[in-house]
Amino acid sequence: MKTDLILAGVGGQGILTIAAIIGQAALLEGLYMKQAEVHGMSQRGGDVQSNLRLSDRPIASDLIPRGQAELILALEPMESLRYLPFLKQDGWVVTHSQPYLNIPNYPAPEQVNEELRKLPRTVALDVEKIAKDLGSAQVANTVMLGAATPFLGIGYHRIENGVERIFRGKGEAIVRLNLQALRAGADAAQAHRNP
Amino acid sequence: MGKHLFLGDEAIAQAAIDAGLSGVYAYPGTPSTEITEYIQNATEAKEKNIRSKWCVNEKTAMEAALGMCYAGKRALCCMKHVGLNVAADCFMNAAMSGVHGGLIIVTADDPSMHSSQNEQDNRVLGNFAMIPMLEPSCQQEAYDMVYNGFELSEKTGYPLLLRITTRMAHSRATVETRRKKEQNRLSFPQDGKQRFILLPGIARQRFKALLKAQETFTRESEVSPYNVYFDAPDKRLGIITTGIAFNYLSENYPEGFEHPVLKIGQYPLPRKPIERLANACGEILVLEEGFPVVEEQLKGFLGRGLILHGRLDQTLPRDGELTPDSVGRALGKSIVAYYDVPEIVKQRPPALCAGCGHRDVYEALNEVLKSYPDTAKVFSDIGCYTLGALPPFHSIESCIDMGASITMAKGAAEAGVFPAICVIGDSTFTHSGMTGLLDCVNEQTPVTIIISDNETTAMTGGQNSAGTGRLESICRGLGVAEEHVRVMIPLKKNYEEMKGILREEIAYKGVSVVIPRRACIQTLKRKHPVRK
Repeated sequence: MKTDLILAGVGGQGILTIAAIIGQAALLEGLYMKQAEVHGMSQRGGDVQSNLRLSDRPIASDLIPRGQAELILALEPMESLRYLPFLKQDGWVVTHSQPYLNIPNYPAPEQVNEELRKLPRTVALDVEKIAKDLGSAQVANTVMLGAATPFLGIGYHRIENGVERIFRGKGEAIVRLNLQALRAGADAAQAHRNP
Repeated sequence: MGKHLFLGDEAIAQAAIDAGLSGVYAYPGTPSTEITEYIQNATEAKEKNIRSKWCVNEKTAMEAALGMCYAGKRALCCMKHVGLNVAADCFMNAAMSGVHGGLIIVTADDPSMHSSQNEQDNRVLGNFAMIPMLEPSCQQEAYDMVYNGFELSEKTGYPLLLRITTRMAHSRATVETRRKKEQNRLSFPQDGKQRFILLPGIARQRFKALLKAQETFTRESEVSPYNVYFDAPDKRLGIITTGIAFNYLSENYPEGFEHPVLKIGQYPLPRKPIERLANACGEILVLEEGFPVVEEQLKGFLGRGLILHGRLDQTLPRDGELTPDSVGRALGKSIVAYYDVPEIVKQRPPALCAGCGHRDVYEALNEVLKSYPDTAKVFSDIGCYTLGALPPFHSIESCIDMGASITMAKGAAEAGVFPAICVIGDSTFTHSGMTGLLDCVNEQTPVTIIISDNETTAMTGGQNSAGTGRLESICRGLGVAEEHVRVMIPLKKNYEEMKGILREEIAYKGVSVVIPRRACIQTLKRKHPVRK
């Protein structure tokens, strides 16, 4: 197997926690993995991304070549579009549907949706709403990861193991809440995937 | 021993611990910061009493590391690429004295300037100092190079420069760790005075020794496991890679190389395999992250002309980091279909956080400076507050190097600029601003120095700041008059008071220091997380 994915968002949204969970799951699955992240200046509310590569064979480059990613997983819809050059022609874009407005010239939401609709395979969800319905906006990222689980190429239970490992230190209740969030995301993705 | 998922930085840190490290010396700087942080947070390092606190700047860090090596122990000294400029005085001369215990200096270069002012390639400085260099291609190699590097340093008697780049520092992969070694005992170099006292008579001898050592360094490179020759059938082209460029090449040949490849991970350049490649192949393509260091060196390396391709002849871009795609283009690989970025996608530059004290400083300052349209110049420095350059503030004129705000304001004032203002952060001030302040005091230059104090090194993630709690006494100690060291709390409700203080100190024809002080909100959040 080989899954190249780009995690995208705005500095401070927490894409690195998602990367850490997938990383743990990949390690448990015995897969090779490389994950390049950006630290420093760009974390102050700027656009951030992480290249995550999983494979059952050794991986050469830390960066994903253009046109080869199976998946873009984004916490912000315009940010999901920024990395389109890296997406395979038939790759999936899984994104949070609500914009993060910290620039004056953000495009009209309808224009962003229009661009998303042009793509062959997308899932756009309001993960914040799903998280709030579960009782905590804090787990929105885990909902987002849940929505991506059908496209990761790693078994769902492995991702659950990854969630358990990452949140273990925060107590049983937090682990349980995040597992619920993961499930809610996965279910919502099945209901809203296009096609 | 075991398998771990490590950032390149973490692999280096764990390797140093496993190799019997006694101390790490560093000033934070992206992308090097996580090396020292890892050691600071490692329980194992605490148990072994490994010295790991942040230093005031890269120069003090390297000198202290050299002192530890003088006493026979193993030390690691880490910095971002521009940090080596600050430490260059010690760096060049540590190559003259050599070391007793092993010393590895890590330079984390930042091609494409993700978080830096330039993209200098510190292999140039490594060559300048004429010491052996290591450049890993993967996290495992980074681990191995450090794990074995201290012995190489002790065997040759010289410090090593380990050069990594952003994608190595900040990329995670699986690393297998090895058996733990004991720390060195305290011991002294037998010929210490003939090495460490660089009086001209001794320095001349040491330089001859360094020149002679080049043969040893080259021999080490020729037997190094990090310099590997891969033969392949198509000899029209030979390829040399350094560091992570090897990965981008491999990515383009998933089924194996078509052309012979020489992978370089240890310098000085190994002579024999380069001769072999040059003799076998018609032309040579050089793939290296950063400057065309090897490409330039190869011209005339063998005493004859070679047909070379790389960054100098535009086969690859002269600037910016390599990517699997730029390397693919250089190899003439066909382009995979891809989507364009839709036109509606707008830039999202970084910005000062909502609620950040620097915001209040710039807002008050902008108001005050409306009284001096066109004549006021604000010189700034390296840190979060450099973002005062962007909308809505547009407050600053410069950001050059650590501490330059104070001394540029001084020079500008001497040229006739009024008001000449400086905005510097607390950590940058203690890093390299204090000496410039003393210059100002000695000449009573009319400058207004704003030390925007958030009590942390914020940009790199909230490390301790060396002068926290002592900035006023430092300024007074350097000779700033007590009544012109003014402290204020940068909050909206205090704007009138802040503006008043700024106006008074701008009017004063001498050195004033204004210290707006409010803790960084990011650092506060980390220290006191909201419990849910």
